[in-house]
Amino acid sequence: MAFDAQAKRNFKVVGTRVTRPDGIDKVTGKAAYGADIAAPGMLYGRILRSPHAHARIVSIDTSAAEALAGVKAVVTGADLAQPDDEDFADVAINCLARDKVLYDGHAVAAVAAKSKSIAKQAIRLIKVDYEILPHVTDVDAAMQPDAPVVQEGRALETVPAGMSQNVTTHCQFGHGDLDAGFAKADKIIERSFKTAATHQGYIEPQACMASLGSDGRGEVWCCTQGQYMVRANCAAVLGVEESQLRITSSEIGGGFGGKTSTFIEPVALALSRKSGKPVKIVMTRDEVLKATGPTISSSMDIKIGMTKDGRITAARGELRYSGGAYPNGTVNMGAQAAFAAYDLEAVETVGWNAMTNRPKEIPYRAPGAPTAIYAVESVVDELCQELGLDPLDVRLMNAARKGTVSSYGPTFNDIGLVATLEAAKAHPHYTAPLGENQGRGLSCGFWFNFGGNTCVSLNINDDGTVGVVEGNPDIGGSRASISMMAAEELGVPYDKVRTVIADTSSLGFNDITDGSRVTFAVGLATIEAARAAIKEMCSRVAKIWDIDEDAVIWEDGCAKPAGPNAGTHPPMTLAEIAAIAGKTGGPIAGHHEVNADGAGVSFGVHLCDTEVDPETGATKILRYTVFQDAGKAVHPDYVEGQMQGGAVQGIGWALNEEYIYGEDGRLQNAGFLDYRVPVASDLPDIETVILEIPNPGHPYGVRGVGETPIVPPLAAISNAVSRAAGGRMTELPMSPPRLLKAMTG
Amino acid sequence: MKTIPVETTINGDSTEFLCHADESLLDVLRDRLGMTGSKEGCGTGDCGACSVMLNGRVVCSCLVLGVETQGAEIETIEGMANGEELHPLQRVFLEEAALQCGVCTPGILVAAKALLEKNPDPTDTEVRYWLAGNLCRCTGYDKIIKAVQTAAAEMRSA
Repeated sequence: MAFDAQAKRNFKVVGTRVTRPDGIDKVTGKAAYGADIAAPGMLYGRILRSPHAHARIVSIDTSAAEALAGVKAVVTGADLAQPDDEDFADVAINCLARDKVLYDGHAVAAVAAKSKSIAKQAIRLIKVDYEILPHVTDVDAAMQPDAPVVQEGRALETVPAGMSQNVTTHCQFGHGDLDAGFAKADKIIERSFKTAATHQGYIEPQACMASLGSDGRGEVWCCTQGQYMVRANCAAVLGVEESQLRITSSEIGGGFGGKTSTFIEPVALALSRKSGKPVKIVMTRDEVLKATGPTISSSMDIKIGMTKDGRITAARGELRYSGGAYPNGTVNMGAQAAFAAYDLEAVETVGWNAMTNRPKEIPYRAPGAPTAIYAVESVVDELCQELGLDPLDVRLMNAARKGTVSSYGPTFNDIGLVATLEAAKAHPHYTAPLGENQGRGLSCGFWFNFGGNTCVSLNINDDGTVGVVEGNPDIGGSRASISMMAAEELGVPYDKVRTVIADTSSLGFNDITDGSRVTFAVGLATIEAARAAIKEMCSRVAKIWDIDEDAVIWEDGCAKPAGPNAGTHPPMTLAEIAAIAGKTGGPIAGHHEVNADGAGVSFGVHLCDTEVDPETGATKILRYTVFQDAGKAVHPDYVEGQMQGGAVQGIGWALNEEYIYGEDGRLQNAGFLDYRVPVASDLPDIETVILEIPNPGHPYGVRGVGETPIVPPLAAISNAVSRAAGGRMTELPMSPPRLLKAMTG
Repeated sequence: MKTIPVETTINGDSTEFLCHADESLLDVLRDRLGMTGSKEGCGTGDCGACSVMLNGRVVCSCLVLGVETQGAEIETIEGMANGEELHPLQRVFLEEAALQCGVCTPGILVAAKALLEKNPDPTDTEVRYWLAGNLCRCTGYDKIIKAVQTAAAEMRSA
C-alpha cells in the first residue's frame, strides 16, 4: 500500500470546531505556566541590569550582596562558559554581560535568595563600576562611518569595506533590468520610511525554575517556544552536556516569536549550581520590555515605476534594519519578502543590518516582513492614487501566481494570492460608503512559512485510544489540531486522541515553535506516524486472517479485507486490534522523524477603514476584514484567531506601539502604561474570510497561518490614514502627535 | 521583617494567612496560598491578568496589599466553577475559542462575570470598555467580546 502519496480532501474531523484539550485548565486557573510552580527549598533569583546604554564594566563587587542574610548565591558573567560558537557566545553575554554592557537593561549580575524581597535588596548591594561609552540607538546614525561602535569585528564578509563596524549584514535579491523597467514607467514614486521597534507583548513574562547539580545534571521548567533550543543554549552557556539537561516547557502565555531565545534559564541554572537549591526567576514587565526581544527598527527607501494602466515596470528597495546590539539576519527575510506579492520583470532589494545600543532583536511574527511590505505597499497605494487606479485591480493585475519567478528567486507553486484578492474585491466591505475624515486602505501580506525538524510518536493504547507525543509548545491551539489530524487519519473520534508535549528527554529533537510550522510540520509527522501505526495494524490483522498484508486496507477506523479475493472477514476496529496487540506481536505504535519541507508560502489581504480626528490626530479603526489562504483550515476557530490576533498586533504597530529612547540611550516607556498595546475599546470586530487553496506539500493541504496576518496591517492602516488625512504617512507608529503634525504641517 | 496575620474569606472559605507588610495580595494568593490562577503580567495594574473581586469590586490584586484584605471577601478564578460545573462564561469561552494562550483568561473571566452581574445585557461597546483594562495579546478581543455576549444571553434566559 502506498501510504506516503495520499492526498486527502474529504474530511470528517479536520475542519470542525472541536473543544481544545487544554481548555478546562485554562478557564479554571489550573493550567501551569512558567511562574506557576514551586519546589521544596526553592530560592528566588533576581537580575541586576545596566542603567547605561553602553559602558565598559571596570569591576563588579558582589561582597555586600553575598553578606546579606538570606542570600545563597551571586553570579556574574564569569560564572558562565565562553562558547566558541558565535551564536551561543552571544546568548551567553546577553544572559550576563562580560566586558561591556550593550544596552539599557543588559543583565550584569544575579542573586538567589530565600525571598523575593531579600533578592531585590541584594541586587542593590552589588557595586558595578562602569566606564560610560558613547552610544547609538538610531539605525541611520549607526551606519555612519564615525558612529560609536557597539561591537567590533562582527561584520560578515558580504559587507563592503569602509563602512561603520556596526554594519554586520549585507544582502541583495532580485532579477531583470531595472533601468529598462523604470524607463518604461509612466509614473515613478520614490519614498523613504521609518518604523519603530515594537515588542511581542506576550502577557506572560519569561519565567523559569531550574535545578543543576555539581554532577552536571539539571532540570528546567520554563515558558518557551522551544525546549530543545533552551537545552542547547543552556548546555553551551553552562558547559554541560545536553543529555544531562531535561527541559520541560510549561503552558506558554503568548510568545509570537519572543520566546524563541534564552535569557534567564542559564542564569537560574548557574545560581542553582552555586547554591545547591532549585532557583526560580520570573521577569518583571520592565525587564521584559528592556531586555527581551523587541523586533527590528527600520529605515527604508522604496522606488516603484508603473504604467498609466497599472502595470509595475520596475521596483527597487533598500532596507536598513537594526536588530539591536548583536549581528542579526532579519533583514534577509525583509529583503526577500518585500516584493513577494508581485510578478515583476525587474526588481532589486538590498538589505543592511546595523548594530545599535538596543536589546537583542528576537523574532516577532513574520520577522522582517511587516516593515518591508509596509513600505512597498505604501508606494503602490500612492501610485494608484496618483494614476487614478483602483488599488485592488492594480494588485490583481500585478499579482504573483503559480509559475511566477518570485522577487527572491524561487518559482511559486500553487498560491492563493489571486483568490484572496478576488475575495476582497467581492466582499461588501470593499464598496461600503465612507464619510468625512474617513479612508479605506488595503495591503497584501506574505510569509514564507517553515517546516523543519520534527519528531512525533503515536501510541495505540490497549483500550483503543491514541496517545500522540510531540515536541512543540502549543502556542495557539496546536494540540487540538494535532489530535484532529491523528483522529482523521486513524478514523477514530477526536476525543479518543490525547496529544501531549514532551520534555527534551522523552522525544527526539524538534525545532522551535516558529515559522508557522507546527500545524504544518507536526501535523505532517503525525499523519505519517498514524500511517505507520495503520500499516502495523493491517499487518497484525493480515496474520490473524492468514492473508497477505497487501490484502488488508484501512477504512473508517477498521482493518478490512481488500476486495473479494481477500476473503470475507468481518472488519476489525482499532480498539479490537489494540486489545489483542500483546498476542499479535506486542504494543502498536507509529513514529515519524523528518526535516519537513514543502511548507507552502502564505498570502493574505487586509481591508481597513479608518477615521482620523483633525483636532487630536487620533485614528479610529472603523472596520477591518482579513482575507487569508489557509491551505486547509484544520480548526477554523483557531485559524480565525490567528488572523484576528495578528491583525490587532499590526494595528498596535501601526498606531501606538514604539520603543522610545531618550538622548541618554535609555528606554523611556518600559511598561504597559506607556508602551500601549491595543485594548478592547480601541477596536471594532475583526471580520475574517478563510480561503483554502491546498498546499501540495502537505497530505491535507495545510499551510501555516500564524505569521502572515501581522504583515498587511501596517500598510493597510497607513494607506487608509493617508487617504483620510489627505497626505502620505511615512513613519510608524502614526501616534496622535505624529499624525496631527502631518495634518497641520 | 515581621509577618502579619490576616483573616479573610476567599471563594467562600474563611482563610488566614501571614504576610509581610509589603506583599501584594497577588503574591499572597500565588506564593503563600498556592492559588496561581491569578497571573502577574505587569505588576503595575496595567494588564488585568491578576483581576480578582475584592468586596464586590474588580481590582488588580497586584495593586492591593495582602494586609489590606483583613476581613475582606475575595473571589478568584479558582472559585468561579461550581465543582465540575463551569460558569456559563467559562463554558462559552471554551466553545467559542475565546482564548489562545489562556494567560489573560482568568482575569478576563473574573472581570466579565463582574460586568454581567452589574449589567446583564451590555452592548458590545460596554463590554469593550469594561474589559479595556484586561490586555489580551493573542485574540484581538473579537472572540472574547462575542463569547461574553453569548454567555450573557444564555444567563438572561436561564
